[in-house]
Amino acid sequence: MGNMPLLVLILSSIVKIVIIVHLLLIGVMAMIWSERRVSGWMQDRLGPNRVGPQGLLQPIADGLKFLFKEDLIPDHVDKPLYVLAPAMLLVPALITVAVVPFGNAITLFGYEIPLQIADINIGILYVLAITSLGVYGVVLGAWASNNKYSLLGGLRSSAQMISYELTLGLAIIGVLMLTSSLSLRTIAVEQGAYPWQWNFLIHFPAFLAFTTAMYAETNRLPFDLAEAEQELVAGYHTEYSSMKFAMFFMAEYMNMIVGSAVTVTLFLGGWHFFGLENVGGPVWSGLISFGIFFVKTAIFLFVFIWVRWTLPRFRYDQLMNFGWKFLLPVALTSIVVTGTLWIMTGSRLVVGIGNVVAAFIVVSIVAGLLVMNKAPEPAIQDSDRQITPSALDAIE
Amino acid sequence: MNPEQILFILFGAVSLIGAIAVISFRHPIYSALALIITFFAQAGLFVLLGAHFVAAVQVIVYAGAIMVLFLFVIMLLNLGTLSAKGAIAGKLKGFAIILGILFAAEGIYIAVNALNDTAVASAQPATESVTTTTYDIGELLFTKYLLPFEVTSLILLAALIGVIVLVKRDSQEEN
Repeated sequence: MGNMPLLVLILSSIVKIVIIVHLLLIGVMAMIWSERRVSGWMQDRLGPNRVGPQGLLQPIADGLKFLFKEDLIPDHVDKPLYVLAPAMLLVPALITVAVVPFGNAITLFGYEIPLQIADINIGILYVLAITSLGVYGVVLGAWASNNKYSLLGGLRSSAQMISYELTLGLAIIGVLMLTSSLSLRTIAVEQGAYPWQWNFLIHFPAFLAFTTAMYAETNRLPFDLAEAEQELVAGYHTEYSSMKFAMFFMAEYMNMIVGSAVTVTLFLGGWHFFGLENVGGPVWSGLISFGIFFVKTAIFLFVFIWVRWTLPRFRYDQLMNFGWKFLLPVALTSIVVTGTLWIMTGSRLVVGIGNVVAAFIVVSIVAGLLVMNKAPEPAIQDSDRQITPSALDAIE
Repeated sequence: MNPEQILFILFGAVSLIGAIAVISFRHPIYSALALIITFFAQAGLFVLLGAHFVAAVQVIVYAGAIMVLFLFVIMLLNLGTLSAKGAIAGKLKGFAIILGILFAAEGIYIAVNALNDTAVASAQPATESVTTTTYDIGELLFTKYLLPFEVTSLILLAALIGVIVLVKRDSQEEN
């Protein structure tokens, strides 16, 4: 980009930002529609199909409904933070996308424009830094609502996000070691055109750990304890209504989209697909590479919805045990194994096989230890379980 | 003024305002938030110095992790609004005055030097093209600063084990 005139740089950046932000917003609408339709399909019912063809205009109707609802601020809330919290969740979700390369370069009017808003040399650290800020929106919204369900939801959510953030950060270190760069564009370029060259095969356990941690970070099922309806009404956004609630909602979907895009970049080869990204002239190949990236992200997002209707919710202690006793050791092992085998052999194949074997061994050891050290279940006494006549008398 | 100077003044001002707000707010949650803003402005200053890695780590570690735990503790303890004259202020008054005088002396020393353009002022990295990459930091950590690096990791390990021992003992006593 060094030889590009400043004006072209600024103009192309503005155009890219406008397009990407709008794509994100449209993506949120598409996700809301597809989530409802796909869940309908998976549960053998119709889902919303009245507004527009196939119910496609349903998200717009929902948006209008949110806009025209009364913007209610309850009396008992801490007003400045209550108003600020949804924005503090939405803004990190929006600005993470700045470093995601959504395609190869495109040549317009003689200038080669990379399809990425900013290629900074610490790209993946930027993503981690900004996503780690999302937790403030949840915590502050929960606290400012001055409601016990909100606070419990917020505390659950923040504990969960802090725990899984570690796995999220450690799982990518293997990828960074083999790429020896933090820039997301370099990571995408380094992966070849064919699926067996992509990082998810070389770092398969890390890929699974990263994806799982991302589900937890975005508060999606099976990790949506922060808004477990049966226990906490709606969790941290119980007291929110109209557009403020919609902002929480949008941030959740935006996090999913950006998370999927980052995963595609890190592990699924970015915009590469059997060399298809090089077909056509300088303009078409750029557009095709963007299309490939788009389709990959969309497939990943479909898996989000698929998982939601397949897996039941974890219990809270299960969630913490899973995060700390399984995911974290797997991520740590992948660092050690990747580094050692890469230095010793320099072969991606050996690293890939070694990673899977090591992860299998670690999970077996942890599972074995857990089974052996399991405390005996406390015997439930009959008096705890049954309501005796004398207990009824006491209540009366 | 070039853009970098404008950004420096902006980040510096935000950092100072945030720092003052930390001790001015009556409510601990607002103080914690002001501290986060200060950390952010400092990350911006690091970026201006070309230390991108340090800026990212500043946000990840301080704004992203440590301050979340701070907020956690404040919320769980449910600390109310501090009264106009806290009980702590009286006890630590002498200490605060000494520290304040030291800090003021330091500030005046730097300001005087900067005005006279002597060594202290020109010691700051004046070349704008210097960008500390992650590669440079890694290389320095494993060559020149290997001993401090390893000592730090040992201290962290000791802290980690300490935490586990403390928590374990509590849960055993309960049983």
